[in-house]
Amino acid sequence: MTDTPDLEKNLNVARIRASHPESIADLMWFRGELTIIVPREHLLTLVQFLASDPELSFTYLSDVTAVDRFPIEPRFELNYHLLSMSRRDALRLRVRLPGESPAIESVMPVWPTANWHEREIFDLFGIRFEGHPNLRRMLLPDDWEGHPLRKDYPTEGPR
Amino acid sequence: MTTVQTAIGPEKTMVLNMGPQHPSTHGVLRVLLELDGENVVTANVDIGYLHTGIEKTAEALTYSQAITITDRMDYLAPLSNNLAYCLAVEKLLGIEVPKRAQYIRVLLTELTRIGSHLVWLGTHAIDLGAMSVFLYCFREREELLKIFEMVSGQRMMTSYFRIGGLALEPPTGWTDRVQKILNTFPSRFDEYEDLLTKNRIWLARTQGVGMLSAEDAIAFGVSGPSLRGSGVNYDVRKYFPYSSYEEFDFKVAVRTEGDCYARYMCRVMEMRESLKIVKQALEKIPAEGPIKADAPGIVAPQRERMKTEMESLIYHFKIYTEGFAPPPGEVYQRIESPRGELGCFIASDGSPKPYRMRMRTPSFVNLQALQKMVEGHLIADVIASIGTLDIVLGEIDR
Repeated sequence: MTDTPDLEKNLNVARIRASHPESIADLMWFRGELTIIVPREHLLTLVQFLASDPELSFTYLSDVTAVDRFPIEPRFELNYHLLSMSRRDALRLRVRLPGESPAIESVMPVWPTANWHEREIFDLFGIRFEGHPNLRRMLLPDDWEGHPLRKDYPTEGPR
Repeated sequence: MTTVQTAIGPEKTMVLNMGPQHPSTHGVLRVLLELDGENVVTANVDIGYLHTGIEKTAEALTYSQAITITDRMDYLAPLSNNLAYCLAVEKLLGIEVPKRAQYIRVLLTELTRIGSHLVWLGTHAIDLGAMSVFLYCFREREELLKIFEMVSGQRMMTSYFRIGGLALEPPTGWTDRVQKILNTFPSRFDEYEDLLTKNRIWLARTQGVGMLSAEDAIAFGVSGPSLRGSGVNYDVRKYFPYSSYEEFDFKVAVRTEGDCYARYMCRVMEMRESLKIVKQALEKIPAEGPIKADAPGIVAPQRERMKTEMESLIYHFKIYTEGFAPPPGEVYQRIESPRGELGCFIASDGSPKPYRMRMRTPSFVNLQALQKMVEGHLIADVIASIGTLDIVLGEIDR
């Protein structure tokens, strides 16, 4: 928790650097958790590798979370929380998306569980997931306008 | 149970709406069932009837205030939600909770697990027709709720954990109540098993029903007993131990059949293992010791000190007016709630309010597997499958 270890010695970083070096835009270590910042265009290839590589085997997707950093650009951060059950290891991937028409490929081909996570993010943040078979609202009524978890969504008064 | 043949075609099927108001959906869940007679052709799940914007609300509350809204997500295991959130904030702050508070947290969280599984067992059984089990389970649960009321003042929405430890010192005599539970519950669990485990009707309604293979379970992100019933040994308490769980000796219930019966056996075994943990915690808890971390700007000082020392008074004032500000950064803390992996993701921007609080709730993710479990089977099995997933709509919709 205090000292940042040598991240290049971390197995996940080393394997990714060896096979998909362009996928690592940045590395972060905070409170014992490793975060890899991935450029948007490389995400799908990277996750396909992470899930299928026998040495890493990140076969389980725990969570997909979005954060709205309005008014900073790139506005949205998408965090993918991966878990490797065989190695008892966790990893976070972060992708930054612009505020204008944010979109990214769906990771459903790799982890079907992303289905509802991505629908919820579309519902509450307005980020589109290309290739998602059923991208429509789920928590809010179908005719709702606006995306409530965005920071510029009004918290009081008439909409 | 084999997949039944259906006559597909719009003239042959009927769309039936199950819910959102239905006694067996365990909350406001809507399932659109396309039926060919009694066979389910497709099942589409529609949620959102209990969405109250908890994650958005948390952005307007300070870190301490947000504990109270975490209770209301998984309302059958409020202390689990409290724990996930408090651990996440403590991780963000980098503060260490004293051992006494950690053991008490473990004890109460395991009692919560038993309480939650009792509700699950009672409601699952009554859905399938075993009505007496429901009453017996709630009789036991009453004892647990009395303990929660004794320590926190609340039967359900306890908000008993605080950033850095516990809210209050537990009252004297509470350990006697816990001991009474340890003495009486094992035989009560035997009673439930006598009623259900070898019961022919129960076996007929749960064996082979709601099949979920291990590959599907992992692909759908299922966790908790629903995953362990399909043979995957993933329990966050063993994988990423938190709050001193590594010091406790307990087994993880895993079965391989992948049907409702396997999940039932897992949860019953989990209740017994939780009792073991409670017993160990009761022995480990030191009679005296701090219940809150020693972190001056974060944890409020003791009232006596606040009344006599100037510095403590200033800390008290600043904590309760401004709140404390963790460093900017993000953390994701997993715990094993009764339903599975409960994850709390907090993004901090250095202000006293969470910039983003996300709760990865197990019921939300587990419910995705429902479609796979019921399509191609009988409508009566839909009830068994919903029950076996042990969902709570509060944490699905938030």
